[in-house]
Amino acid sequence: MKGGHDLGGRQGPGPINPEPEEQEPVFHADWERRVFALTLASGMLGKWNIDESRHARERQESTAYLRNSYYENWLVGLEKLLVEKGLLQQDELGECMVGTADAAIDKLRVPDASAIEKILRSGGPTLLVADTVPAYAIGASVQVIKSSATGHTRVPGYVQGSIGVVVAHHGCHVFPDKNALGEHVGEQLYAVRFSAIELWGSSAENADVMIDLWEPYLEPVSK
Amino acid sequence: MSDEHDHTDPPSELALRVKALESLLLEKGLVNADALNAIIDTYEHKVGPHNGARVVAKAWTDADFRAALIADASSAVADLGYSGRQGEHLKVVENTAQIHNLVVCTLCSCYPWTVLGLPPAWYKSAPYRSRAVREPRRVLEEFGTIIEPKVKIQVWDSTSEMRYLVLPLRPAGTDNWSEDRLQQLVSRNSMIGVELARSADPQVRRD
Repeated sequence: MKGGHDLGGRQGPGPINPEPEEQEPVFHADWERRVFALTLASGMLGKWNIDESRHARERQESTAYLRNSYYENWLVGLEKLLVEKGLLQQDELGECMVGTADAAIDKLRVPDASAIEKILRSGGPTLLVADTVPAYAIGASVQVIKSSATGHTRVPGYVQGSIGVVVAHHGCHVFPDKNALGEHVGEQLYAVRFSAIELWGSSAENADVMIDLWEPYLEPVSK
Repeated sequence: MSDEHDHTDPPSELALRVKALESLLLEKGLVNADALNAIIDTYEHKVGPHNGARVVAKAWTDADFRAALIADASSAVADLGYSGRQGEHLKVVENTAQIHNLVVCTLCSCYPWTVLGLPPAWYKSAPYRSRAVREPRRVLEEFGTIIEPKVKIQVWDSTSEMRYLVLPLRPAGTDNWSEDRLQQLVSRNSMIGVELARSADPQVRRD
């Protein structure tokens, strides 16, 4: 499923119009600042992982995803997760009114300010101890599957079906397609190089695109 | 989906919706008010592109550090005190006379927070995410950056938790410059790859 978020290679989106670097603030409105902090702080409750968080933002009509500003999509994702994980009731949103007490909330550990630095500095590494070896050697040609995934996936539409060359092994990393379903399993992760001509045709620029792809996204190329 | 995406003047309805959510979460004890402020303070005032500029200037002046950075960037920058969220698995990609590197995340907004802070609005926009992989030279031209045709553009689409930082070429005429002085030439945009490092000659600077 190619959602509104899967933007690579789409034609006709117009100019970039970057704001000059020295003039751009970190946040463009106070509500963006609050959405950012609320998203990180709520994530620290440990009720969902980064791929569930990404998937929650992606699970919208394409037009809604594209019409919303960036932090509006974060807000949509956060509200959805809070309700789906039972931390808020749907009818509480937008009301400022607290509904019935939820027993599940009492057991959560809510970080205070003194814990924030340590949590942010630790991050969430995704490299796992491998119980597999990479199926594809450096230099191997690989073809990207045509994904029929209906859930979260990190194989961009524009590369599906294309042939590339493995240029690096990153090790065994948490596999997003399953992590988004709450299954914490690893798969071998590769850096794969694609020529612009392979991706876009003979009129393409002198360029390569390097994409990190997990082993289930790849197939051997028969010679 | 065009210039209306400039993230300014949100409808007040949206601001109210956020305010309502924050009040609700505070009241339920799901978030802590001081913790929210600590998160904002971290990314508004502490973690930002000055971190990456220090990494780049050090790599320009210290060959051992540069080698360590290319071999294992996460460890090398952790030694400078930069580690954590959205920088757990960092890779530094070097610009050379043959290759110019450019970083994008076509699927969302993956970016090396530990060394660059939060991404600029354009990095998260549909035009940049769509076009950087298909027509990188035209994208670079919109930033005023012209790369010779013989130089290959290498675009890194950040699909995984690997995060990419570009090591720009050291500007000419800076041979005796100190690390501190060199840092002033390392723009955020040069570490994403949409621009070159600033010129040593202030006359030709665009900023």
